[in-house]
Amino acid sequence: MVATYLPLLIMILVAVALALTLFLLAVVLGNKNMTPEKAMPYESGQSTGDARHIRLSLTFFLTAIVFTVFDIEAVFLFAWAAMFRELGWFGLMEMVAFMLILGVTLVYAFRKGAFEWEK
Amino acid sequence: MDMILLVSTLIKIAFILVLILTFNVVLLWVERRLAAMIQDRIGPVRAGIPIFGYNLALKGLVQPVADAIKSLWKEDFVPPNADKFLHAMAPLVAVIPVIVAFAVIPFGSSLYLNHAFEVLPPEPTGRVIPLQVATMNFGILFVFAMGGTGVVGSAIAGYSSNNKFSLVGGLRAAGQMVSYEVALGLSLVGCFMLYNTLLIEDMVRWQIENVWGIFLQPIAFILFLTGSTAEMKRVPFDVPEAEAEIVGGFVLEYSGMKFAIFKMGEYFELVLASAVIVVLFLGGHHLPGLTDRGIDFLGFAQPLWHGAVVAIHLGVFLVKLVLVLWLQFMIRWTIPRFRYDQIMKLSWRYMLPLALLNIFVTGVVIMAL
Repeated sequence: MVATYLPLLIMILVAVALALTLFLLAVVLGNKNMTPEKAMPYESGQSTGDARHIRLSLTFFLTAIVFTVFDIEAVFLFAWAAMFRELGWFGLMEMVAFMLILGVTLVYAFRKGAFEWEK
Repeated sequence: MDMILLVSTLIKIAFILVLILTFNVVLLWVERRLAAMIQDRIGPVRAGIPIFGYNLALKGLVQPVADAIKSLWKEDFVPPNADKFLHAMAPLVAVIPVIVAFAVIPFGSSLYLNHAFEVLPPEPTGRVIPLQVATMNFGILFVFAMGGTGVVGSAIAGYSSNNKFSLVGGLRAAGQMVSYEVALGLSLVGCFMLYNTLLIEDMVRWQIENVWGIFLQPIAFILFLTGSTAEMKRVPFDVPEAEAEIVGGFVLEYSGMKFAIFKMGEYFELVLASAVIVVLFLGGHHLPGLTDRGIDFLGFAQPLWHGAVVAIHLGVFLVKLVLVLWLQFMIRWTIPRFRYDQIMKLSWRYMLPLALLNIFVTGVVIMAL
Protein backbone atom coordinates (compact mmCIF):
# COMPACT_ATOMS: atom_id res chain seq x y z
CA MET A 1 0.00 0.00 0.00
CA VAL A 2 2.65 2.51 1.07
CA ALA A 3 5.05 1.22 -1.60
CA THR A 4 2.33 1.76 -4.22
CA TYR A 5 1.07 5.20 -3.36
CA LEU A 6 3.95 6.93 -1.56
CA PRO A 7 5.92 7.48 -4.83
CA LEU A 8 2.83 9.04 -6.36
CA LEU A 9 2.39 11.31 -3.35
CA ILE A 10 6.02 12.43 -3.62
CA MET A 11 5.51 13.05 -7.34
CA ILE A 12 2.46 15.23 -6.65
CA LEU A 13 4.34 17.20 -3.98
CA VAL A 14 7.30 17.75 -6.32
CA ALA A 15 5.01 18.87 -9.17
CA VAL A 16 3.19 21.33 -6.89
CA ALA A 17 6.50 22.63 -5.53
CA LEU A 18 7.92 23.16 -9.03
CA ALA A 19 4.85 24.99 -10.31
CA LEU A 20 4.53 27.12 -7.14
CA THR A 21 8.23 28.05 -7.23
CA LEU A 22 8.01 29.37 -10.78
CA PHE A 23 4.72 31.11 -9.97
CA LEU A 24 6.00 32.82 -6.81
CA LEU A 25 9.30 33.79 -8.45
CA ALA A 26 7.32 35.61 -11.12
CA VAL A 27 5.16 37.35 -8.50
CA VAL A 28 8.20 38.46 -6.48
CA LEU A 29 10.61 39.36 -9.30
CA GLY A 30 8.17 40.94 -11.75
CA ASN A 31 7.86 44.71 -11.43
CA LYS A 32 4.53 46.38 -10.77
CA ASN A 33 3.71 49.43 -12.84
CA MET A 34 -0.04 49.46 -13.40
CA THR A 35 -1.61 52.31 -15.35
CA PRO A 36 -5.30 52.81 -16.19
CA GLU A 37 -4.58 52.24 -19.88
CA LYS A 38 -2.78 48.98 -19.16
CA ALA A 39 -5.54 47.83 -16.85
CA MET A 40 -8.16 47.92 -19.64
CA PRO A 41 -9.20 44.63 -21.20
CA TYR A 42 -7.23 43.95 -24.40
CA GLU A 43 -10.17 44.52 -26.74
CA SER A 44 -9.19 47.30 -29.14
CA GLY A 45 -9.58 49.95 -26.46
CA GLN A 46 -13.35 49.66 -26.19
CA SER A 47 -14.85 49.45 -22.73
CA THR A 48 -16.75 46.19 -22.59
CA GLY A 49 -18.29 46.00 -19.15
CA ASP A 50 -18.55 42.54 -17.66
CA ALA A 51 -17.27 40.07 -20.24
CA ARG A 52 -18.44 37.02 -18.33
CA HIS A 53 -22.08 37.43 -19.31
CA ILE A 54 -22.03 37.43 -23.10
CA ARG A 55 -24.45 35.30 -25.12
CA LEU A 56 -23.08 31.93 -26.16
CA SER A 57 -23.88 29.43 -28.85
CA LEU A 58 -26.28 26.78 -27.56
CA THR A 59 -24.19 24.16 -29.34
CA PHE A 60 -21.58 24.36 -26.54
CA PHE A 61 -24.26 23.20 -24.12
CA LEU A 62 -25.42 20.37 -26.40
CA THR A 63 -21.81 19.26 -26.88
CA ALA A 64 -21.38 19.09 -23.12
CA ILE A 65 -24.54 16.95 -22.75
CA VAL A 66 -23.51 14.54 -25.50
CA PHE A 67 -20.02 14.41 -24.00
CA THR A 68 -21.42 13.30 -20.64
CA VAL A 69 -23.30 10.42 -22.28
CA PHE A 70 -20.35 9.19 -24.32
CA ASP A 71 -17.74 9.62 -21.62
CA ILE A 72 -19.77 7.35 -19.38
CA GLU A 73 -19.92 4.90 -22.28
CA ALA A 74 -16.11 5.08 -22.39
CA VAL A 75 -15.94 4.24 -18.69
CA PHE A 76 -18.04 1.10 -19.24
CA LEU A 77 -15.93 0.14 -22.26
CA PHE A 78 -12.69 0.51 -20.26
CA ALA A 79 -13.99 -1.83 -17.56
CA TRP A 80 -15.14 -4.33 -20.18
CA ALA A 81 -11.88 -4.14 -22.18
CA ALA A 82 -9.85 -5.04 -19.09
CA MET A 83 -11.94 -8.24 -18.65
CA PHE A 84 -12.46 -8.85 -22.37
CA ARG A 85 -11.00 -12.38 -22.71
CA GLU A 86 -12.73 -13.68 -19.57
CA LEU A 87 -16.15 -12.47 -20.74
CA GLY A 88 -15.79 -13.97 -24.22
CA TRP A 89 -18.36 -13.83 -27.03
CA PHE A 90 -21.21 -13.14 -24.62
CA GLY A 91 -19.51 -10.00 -23.30
CA LEU A 92 -18.62 -8.89 -26.83
CA MET A 93 -22.22 -9.20 -28.06
CA GLU A 94 -23.53 -7.41 -24.98
CA MET A 95 -21.11 -4.58 -25.65
CA VAL A 96 -22.02 -4.45 -29.36
CA ALA A 97 -25.67 -4.03 -28.35
CA PHE A 98 -24.63 -1.28 -25.92
CA MET A 99 -22.57 0.47 -28.58
CA LEU A 100 -25.41 0.19 -31.13
CA ILE A 101 -27.86 1.87 -28.74
CA LEU A 102 -25.38 4.69 -28.22
CA GLY A 103 -24.75 4.82 -31.96
CA VAL A 104 -28.46 5.47 -32.46
CA THR A 105 -28.17 8.23 -29.85
CA LEU A 106 -25.35 9.80 -31.81
CA VAL A 107 -27.29 9.64 -35.08
CA TYR A 108 -30.30 11.20 -33.32
CA ALA A 109 -28.13 14.00 -31.96
CA PHE A 110 -26.84 14.64 -35.47
CA ARG A 111 -30.33 14.65 -37.00
CA LYS A 112 -31.47 17.12 -34.35
CA GLY A 113 -28.57 19.38 -35.33
CA ALA A 114 -26.63 19.15 -32.09
CA PHE A 115 -23.37 19.74 -33.96
CA GLU A 116 -24.56 22.41 -36.41
CA TRP A 117 -22.29 25.40 -35.92
CA GLU A 118 -23.02 27.26 -39.14
CA LYS A 119 -26.57 28.38 -38.37
CA MET B 1 10.27 3.13 5.81
CA ASP B 2 12.23 1.44 3.07
CA MET B 3 15.31 3.46 2.17
CA ILE B 4 15.85 1.85 -1.24
CA LEU B 5 12.27 2.65 -2.25
CA LEU B 6 12.58 6.25 -1.12
CA VAL B 7 15.96 6.88 -2.74
CA SER B 8 15.06 5.18 -6.01
CA THR B 9 11.77 7.11 -6.16
CA LEU B 10 13.54 10.41 -5.63
CA ILE B 11 16.13 9.56 -8.31
CA LYS B 12 13.38 8.62 -10.76
CA ILE B 13 11.40 11.81 -10.07
CA ALA B 14 14.55 13.90 -10.44
CA PHE B 15 15.23 12.15 -13.76
CA ILE B 16 11.71 12.92 -15.01
CA LEU B 17 11.92 16.56 -13.98
CA VAL B 18 15.35 17.04 -15.57
CA LEU B 19 14.10 15.24 -18.68
CA ILE B 20 10.96 17.31 -19.19
CA LEU B 21 12.60 20.62 -18.30
CA THR B 22 15.53 19.93 -20.64
CA PHE B 23 13.11 18.79 -23.32
CA ASN B 24 11.18 22.00 -22.78
CA VAL B 25 14.21 24.14 -23.64
CA VAL B 26 15.49 21.90 -26.42
CA LEU B 27 12.07 21.34 -27.98
CA LEU B 28 11.40 25.07 -28.04
CA TRP B 29 14.68 25.52 -29.90
CA VAL B 30 14.12 22.57 -32.26
CA GLU B 31 10.58 23.67 -33.01
CA ARG B 32 11.70 27.21 -33.86
CA ARG B 33 14.54 26.01 -36.06
CA LEU B 34 12.32 23.45 -37.77
CA ALA B 35 9.59 26.04 -38.32
CA ALA B 36 12.16 28.42 -39.78
CA MET B 37 13.45 25.71 -42.13
CA ILE B 38 9.93 24.75 -43.25
CA GLN B 39 8.93 28.39 -43.81
CA ASP B 40 12.28 29.29 -45.42
CA ARG B 41 13.27 31.75 -42.69
CA ILE B 42 16.46 31.98 -40.66
CA GLY B 43 14.89 31.57 -37.24
CA PRO B 44 16.25 32.80 -33.89
CA VAL B 45 19.94 33.77 -34.15
CA ARG B 46 20.24 37.03 -32.21
CA ALA B 47 20.05 36.11 -28.51
CA GLY B 48 23.46 35.00 -27.34
CA ILE B 49 26.13 35.16 -24.68
CA PRO B 50 28.64 37.96 -25.42
CA ILE B 51 32.17 36.62 -25.01
CA PHE B 52 35.18 38.82 -26.03
CA GLY B 53 33.04 40.85 -28.38
CA TYR B 54 31.71 37.72 -30.07
CA ASN B 55 28.02 36.80 -29.75
CA LEU B 56 27.81 33.12 -28.82
CA ALA B 57 24.30 32.37 -30.13
CA LEU B 58 24.68 28.59 -30.59
CA LYS B 59 22.28 28.65 -33.58
CA GLY B 60 19.55 30.14 -31.39
CA LEU B 61 19.84 27.67 -28.52
CA VAL B 62 20.29 30.59 -26.12
CA GLN B 63 16.90 32.03 -27.12
CA PRO B 64 14.76 29.73 -24.88
CA VAL B 65 17.02 30.59 -21.92
CA ALA B 66 16.60 34.28 -22.69
CA ASP B 67 12.83 33.75 -22.86
CA ALA B 68 12.80 32.07 -19.45
CA ILE B 69 14.83 34.86 -17.84
CA LYS B 70 12.72 37.54 -19.49
CA SER B 71 9.43 35.98 -18.39
CA LEU B 72 10.66 35.82 -14.77
CA TRP B 73 11.35 39.56 -14.64
CA LYS B 74 8.36 40.68 -16.67
CA GLU B 75 5.44 42.47 -15.07
CA ASP B 76 3.03 40.03 -13.46
CA PHE B 77 -0.13 41.53 -14.93
CA VAL B 78 -3.50 40.76 -13.33
CA PRO B 79 -6.51 42.54 -14.87
CA PRO B 80 -8.20 44.71 -12.19
CA ASN B 81 -11.66 43.31 -12.89
CA ALA B 82 -10.50 39.70 -13.11
CA ASP B 83 -11.33 37.03 -10.55
CA LYS B 84 -7.93 37.25 -8.83
CA PHE B 85 -7.99 33.81 -7.21
CA LEU B 86 -9.10 31.89 -10.30
CA HIS B 87 -6.78 33.93 -12.50
CA ALA B 88 -3.84 32.85 -10.34
CA MET B 89 -5.02 29.24 -10.05
CA ALA B 90 -5.47 28.57 -13.77
CA PRO B 91 -1.79 28.14 -14.77
CA LEU B 92 -1.14 25.91 -11.77
CA VAL B 93 -4.18 23.74 -12.55
CA ALA B 94 -2.99 23.51 -16.15
CA VAL B 95 0.56 22.36 -15.41
CA ILE B 96 0.57 20.29 -12.20
CA PRO B 97 -1.54 17.28 -13.37
CA VAL B 98 0.55 16.97 -16.54
CA ILE B 99 3.76 16.61 -14.52
CA VAL B 100 2.09 14.13 -12.16
CA ALA B 101 0.90 12.00 -15.09
CA PHE B 102 4.52 11.12 -15.94
CA ALA B 103 4.53 8.99 -12.77
CA VAL B 104 3.00 5.98 -14.54
CA ILE B 105 5.11 6.05 -17.73
CA PRO B 106 7.72 3.23 -17.76
CA PHE B 107 10.82 4.72 -19.38
CA GLY B 108 12.92 1.57 -19.29
CA SER B 109 13.02 -2.08 -18.23
CA SER B 110 13.16 -3.17 -14.60
CA LEU B 111 16.54 -3.08 -12.86
CA TYR B 112 17.60 -6.03 -10.65
CA LEU B 113 19.94 -4.43 -8.14
CA ASN B 114 21.82 -7.69 -7.34
CA HIS B 115 22.65 -8.38 -10.98
CA ALA B 116 23.57 -4.90 -12.24
CA PHE B 117 27.19 -5.83 -12.99
CA GLU B 118 26.70 -9.33 -14.40
CA VAL B 119 24.73 -11.02 -17.15
CA LEU B 120 21.16 -11.53 -15.95
CA PRO B 121 20.70 -15.15 -14.73
CA PRO B 122 17.60 -17.12 -15.84
CA GLU B 123 16.14 -16.88 -12.32
CA PRO B 124 16.93 -13.32 -11.15
CA THR B 125 16.59 -12.69 -7.43
CA GLY B 126 16.72 -9.74 -5.10
CA ARG B 127 15.38 -6.22 -5.23
CA VAL B 128 13.64 -5.12 -8.47
CA ILE B 129 13.39 -1.43 -9.32
CA PRO B 130 10.93 -0.69 -12.13
CA LEU B 131 11.91 2.42 -14.12
CA GLN B 132 8.52 3.93 -13.41
CA VAL B 133 7.70 6.15 -10.45
CA ALA B 134 4.38 4.57 -9.46
CA THR B 135 3.23 1.08 -10.40
CA MET B 136 -0.49 1.23 -9.72
CA ASN B 137 -3.26 -1.14 -10.67
CA PHE B 138 -5.21 1.46 -12.68
CA GLY B 139 -2.25 2.09 -14.98
CA ILE B 140 -3.14 4.03 -18.12
CA LEU B 141 -6.40 5.34 -16.64
CA PHE B 142 -4.25 7.61 -14.48
CA VAL B 143 -2.92 9.33 -17.61
CA PHE B 144 -6.49 9.91 -18.78
CA ALA B 145 -7.56 11.21 -15.36
CA MET B 146 -4.67 13.68 -15.23
CA GLY B 147 -4.94 14.62 -18.91
CA GLY B 148 -8.67 15.21 -18.53
CA THR B 149 -8.10 17.96 -15.98
CA GLY B 150 -6.27 19.97 -18.66
CA VAL B 151 -9.57 21.39 -19.83
CA VAL B 152 -10.21 22.88 -16.36
CA GLY B 153 -7.13 25.10 -16.51
CA SER B 154 -8.02 26.53 -19.93
CA ALA B 155 -11.67 27.01 -19.02
CA ILE B 156 -11.06 28.90 -15.77
CA ALA B 157 -8.32 30.94 -17.42
CA GLY B 158 -10.83 32.03 -20.05
CA TYR B 159 -13.57 32.68 -17.51
CA SER B 160 -11.56 34.56 -14.90
CA SER B 161 -9.78 37.05 -17.18
CA ASN B 162 -12.81 39.31 -17.76
CA ASN B 163 -12.11 39.58 -21.47
CA LYS B 164 -14.40 38.50 -24.28
CA PHE B 165 -11.59 37.04 -26.36
CA SER B 166 -10.42 35.05 -23.36
CA LEU B 167 -13.91 33.81 -22.62
CA VAL B 168 -14.47 32.71 -26.22
CA GLY B 169 -11.06 31.00 -26.21
CA GLY B 170 -11.81 29.22 -22.96
CA LEU B 171 -15.18 28.03 -24.27
CA ARG B 172 -13.69 26.80 -27.51
CA ALA B 173 -11.00 24.98 -25.53
CA ALA B 174 -13.61 23.36 -23.29
CA GLY B 175 -15.85 22.28 -26.16
CA GLN B 176 -12.99 20.95 -28.24
CA MET B 177 -11.24 19.13 -25.42
CA VAL B 178 -14.32 17.34 -24.11
CA SER B 179 -15.16 16.28 -27.67
CA TYR B 180 -11.75 14.75 -28.27
CA GLU B 181 -11.59 13.25 -24.79
CA VAL B 182 -14.23 10.71 -25.86
CA ALA B 183 -12.55 9.76 -29.14
CA LEU B 184 -9.15 9.67 -27.42
CA GLY B 185 -10.36 7.34 -24.68
CA LEU B 186 -12.20 5.02 -27.05
CA SER B 187 -9.31 4.87 -29.52
CA LEU B 188 -7.22 3.00 -26.95
CA VAL B 189 -9.87 0.45 -25.94
CA GLY B 190 -8.76 -1.76 -28.84
CA CYS B 191 -5.24 -1.74 -27.40
CA PHE B 192 -6.51 -2.69 -23.95
CA MET B 193 -8.38 -5.65 -25.47
CA LEU B 194 -5.31 -6.72 -27.43
CA TYR B 195 -2.91 -6.49 -24.49
CA ASN B 196 -5.62 -7.73 -22.08
CA THR B 197 -4.49 -5.31 -19.39
CA LEU B 198 -4.64 -1.70 -18.26
CA LEU B 199 -1.13 -1.71 -16.80
CA ILE B 200 1.35 0.14 -18.99
CA GLU B 201 4.29 -2.05 -17.93
CA ASP B 202 2.31 -5.18 -18.95
CA MET B 203 1.44 -3.57 -22.30
CA VAL B 204 5.15 -3.02 -22.98
CA ARG B 205 5.91 -6.60 -21.95
CA TRP B 206 3.18 -7.93 -24.31
CA GLN B 207 4.66 -5.94 -27.18
CA ILE B 208 8.17 -7.25 -26.44
CA GLU B 209 6.90 -10.84 -26.43
CA ASN B 210 4.72 -10.44 -29.52
CA VAL B 211 4.79 -7.48 -31.88
CA TRP B 212 4.64 -3.68 -31.58
CA GLY B 213 1.14 -2.33 -31.14
CA ILE B 214 1.26 -0.04 -34.19
CA PHE B 215 1.22 -3.07 -36.52
CA LEU B 216 -1.93 -4.53 -34.95
CA GLN B 217 -3.77 -1.30 -34.08
CA PRO B 218 -2.87 1.20 -36.84
CA ILE B 219 -6.29 2.89 -36.70
CA ALA B 220 -5.99 3.34 -32.96
CA PHE B 221 -2.56 4.91 -33.51
CA ILE B 222 -3.88 7.45 -36.02
CA LEU B 223 -6.92 8.23 -33.85
CA PHE B 224 -4.75 8.68 -30.78
CA LEU B 225 -2.26 10.90 -32.62
CA THR B 226 -5.09 13.10 -33.96
CA GLY B 227 -6.98 13.16 -30.69
CA SER B 228 -3.96 14.01 -28.58
CA THR B 229 -3.00 16.83 -30.95
CA ALA B 230 -6.50 18.24 -30.49
CA GLU B 231 -6.30 17.78 -26.70
CA MET B 232 -3.05 19.73 -26.69
CA LYS B 233 -4.69 22.51 -28.75
CA ARG B 234 -1.81 22.46 -31.22
CA VAL B 235 -2.10 23.39 -34.88
CA PRO B 236 -4.20 22.29 -36.81
CA PHE B 237 -6.54 22.26 -33.79
CA ASP B 238 -5.47 25.55 -32.20
CA VAL B 239 -8.72 27.53 -32.54
CA PRO B 240 -8.89 28.11 -28.74
CA GLU B 241 -5.86 30.37 -28.99
CA ALA B 242 -6.06 31.30 -32.67
CA GLU B 243 -3.92 34.42 -32.55
CA ALA B 244 -5.26 35.74 -35.86
CA GLU B 245 -8.90 35.89 -34.71
CA ILE B 246 -9.08 35.91 -30.89
CA VAL B 247 -5.54 37.17 -30.20
CA GLY B 248 -4.38 34.31 -28.02
CA GLY B 249 -7.67 33.18 -26.49
CA PHE B 250 -7.60 32.12 -22.87
CA VAL B 251 -3.93 33.12 -22.35
CA LEU B 252 -4.60 36.67 -23.58
CA GLU B 253 -4.63 38.37 -20.16
CA TYR B 254 -1.61 36.45 -18.85
CA SER B 255 1.92 37.78 -18.92
CA GLY B 256 5.40 36.84 -17.79
CA MET B 257 5.88 33.57 -16.00
CA LYS B 258 2.17 32.73 -15.73
CA PHE B 259 1.96 32.79 -19.52
CA ALA B 260 5.18 30.78 -19.67
CA ILE B 261 3.71 28.20 -17.28
CA PHE B 262 0.82 27.66 -19.72
CA LYS B 263 3.28 27.20 -22.58
CA MET B 264 5.42 24.87 -20.46
CA GLY B 265 2.34 22.84 -19.66
CA GLU B 266 1.68 22.49 -23.39
CA TYR B 267 5.20 21.17 -24.00
CA PHE B 268 4.88 18.77 -21.06
CA GLU B 269 1.62 17.51 -22.59
CA LEU B 270 3.40 17.07 -25.90
CA VAL B 271 6.14 14.97 -24.28
CA LEU B 272 3.53 13.03 -22.30
CA ALA B 273 1.42 12.23 -25.38
CA SER B 274 4.53 11.17 -27.28
CA ALA B 275 5.63 8.98 -24.37
CA VAL B 276 2.20 7.32 -24.29
CA ILE B 277 2.45 6.68 -28.04
CA VAL B 278 5.89 5.12 -27.52
CA VAL B 279 4.81 2.77 -24.72
CA LEU B 280 1.46 1.84 -26.25
CA PHE B 281 2.28 1.55 -29.95
CA LEU B 282 6.05 1.52 -30.43
CA GLY B 283 7.03 -1.14 -27.89
CA GLY B 284 8.35 1.17 -25.16
CA HIS B 285 12.02 0.47 -24.55
CA HIS B 286 12.07 -2.58 -26.83
CA LEU B 287 14.85 -2.80 -29.42
CA PRO B 288 14.68 -5.82 -31.76
CA GLY B 289 17.82 -7.89 -31.34
CA LEU B 290 18.44 -6.83 -27.75
CA THR B 291 17.23 -9.23 -25.06
CA ASP B 292 17.54 -9.02 -21.27
CA ARG B 293 20.82 -10.91 -21.46
CA GLY B 294 22.55 -9.01 -24.26
CA ILE B 295 22.63 -8.77 -28.04
CA ASP B 296 21.08 -11.67 -29.91
CA PHE B 297 20.68 -10.58 -33.50
CA LEU B 298 20.60 -12.91 -36.54
CA GLY B 299 22.90 -15.48 -34.93
CA PHE B 300 25.26 -12.86 -33.52
CA ALA B 301 25.22 -13.22 -29.74
CA GLN B 302 27.05 -11.02 -27.25
CA PRO B 303 26.13 -11.21 -23.55
CA LEU B 304 25.98 -7.85 -21.79
CA TRP B 305 25.83 -6.77 -18.16
CA HIS B 306 22.29 -6.29 -16.90
CA GLY B 307 23.02 -2.67 -15.97
CA ALA B 308 24.26 -1.92 -19.49
CA VAL B 309 21.14 -3.49 -21.02
CA VAL B 310 18.91 -1.31 -18.83
CA ALA B 311 20.89 1.78 -19.85
CA ILE B 312 20.55 0.89 -23.55
CA HIS B 313 16.80 0.34 -23.05
CA LEU B 314 16.52 3.79 -21.51
CA GLY B 315 18.38 5.27 -24.47
CA VAL B 316 16.14 3.43 -26.93
CA PHE B 317 13.06 4.84 -25.20
CA LEU B 318 14.42 8.37 -25.42
CA VAL B 319 15.32 7.99 -29.11
CA LYS B 320 11.79 6.76 -29.88
CA LEU B 321 10.38 9.66 -27.86
CA VAL B 322 12.42 12.15 -29.89
CA LEU B 323 11.28 10.57 -33.17
CA VAL B 324 7.60 10.83 -32.20
CA LEU B 325 8.15 14.43 -31.11
CA TRP B 326 9.71 15.16 -34.50
CA LEU B 327 6.59 13.73 -36.16
CA GLN B 328 4.44 16.00 -33.96
CA PHE B 329 6.49 19.03 -35.02
CA MET B 330 6.16 18.14 -38.70
CA ILE B 331 2.37 17.95 -38.26
CA ARG B 332 2.38 21.23 -36.34
CA TRP B 333 4.18 23.21 -39.04
CA THR B 334 2.82 21.74 -42.27
CA ILE B 335 -0.97 21.68 -41.78
CA PRO B 336 -3.09 24.87 -41.70
CA ARG B 337 -5.62 25.53 -38.94
CA PHE B 338 -9.07 23.90 -39.21
CA ARG B 339 -12.34 25.77 -38.68
CA TYR B 340 -14.10 25.16 -35.35
CA ASP B 341 -17.12 23.39 -36.83
CA GLN B 342 -14.79 21.16 -38.86
CA ILE B 343 -12.92 20.24 -35.70
CA MET B 344 -16.08 19.34 -33.81
CA LYS B 345 -17.45 17.40 -36.77
CA LEU B 346 -14.19 15.47 -37.17
CA SER B 347 -14.45 14.28 -33.59
CA TRP B 348 -18.13 13.34 -33.40
CA ARG B 349 -18.87 12.28 -36.95
CA TYR B 350 -15.67 10.47 -37.97
CA MET B 351 -13.38 9.68 -35.06
CA LEU B 352 -15.98 8.42 -32.58
CA PRO B 353 -17.71 5.96 -34.97
CA LEU B 354 -14.30 4.87 -36.30
CA ALA B 355 -13.09 4.20 -32.75
CA LEU B 356 -16.23 2.16 -31.99
CA LEU B 357 -15.77 0.22 -35.24
CA ASN B 358 -12.15 -0.43 -34.33
CA ILE B 359 -13.25 -1.85 -30.95
CA PHE B 360 -15.82 -4.10 -32.65
CA VAL B 361 -13.41 -5.42 -35.30
CA THR B 362 -10.65 -5.96 -32.74
CA GLY B 363 -13.05 -7.86 -30.49
CA VAL B 364 -14.32 -10.11 -33.29
CA VAL B 365 -10.81 -10.85 -34.60
CA ILE B 366 -9.40 -11.65 -31.15
CA MET B 367 -12.38 -13.89 -30.34
CA ALA B 368 -12.27 -15.68 -33.72
CA LEU B 369 -8.54 -16.45 -33.48
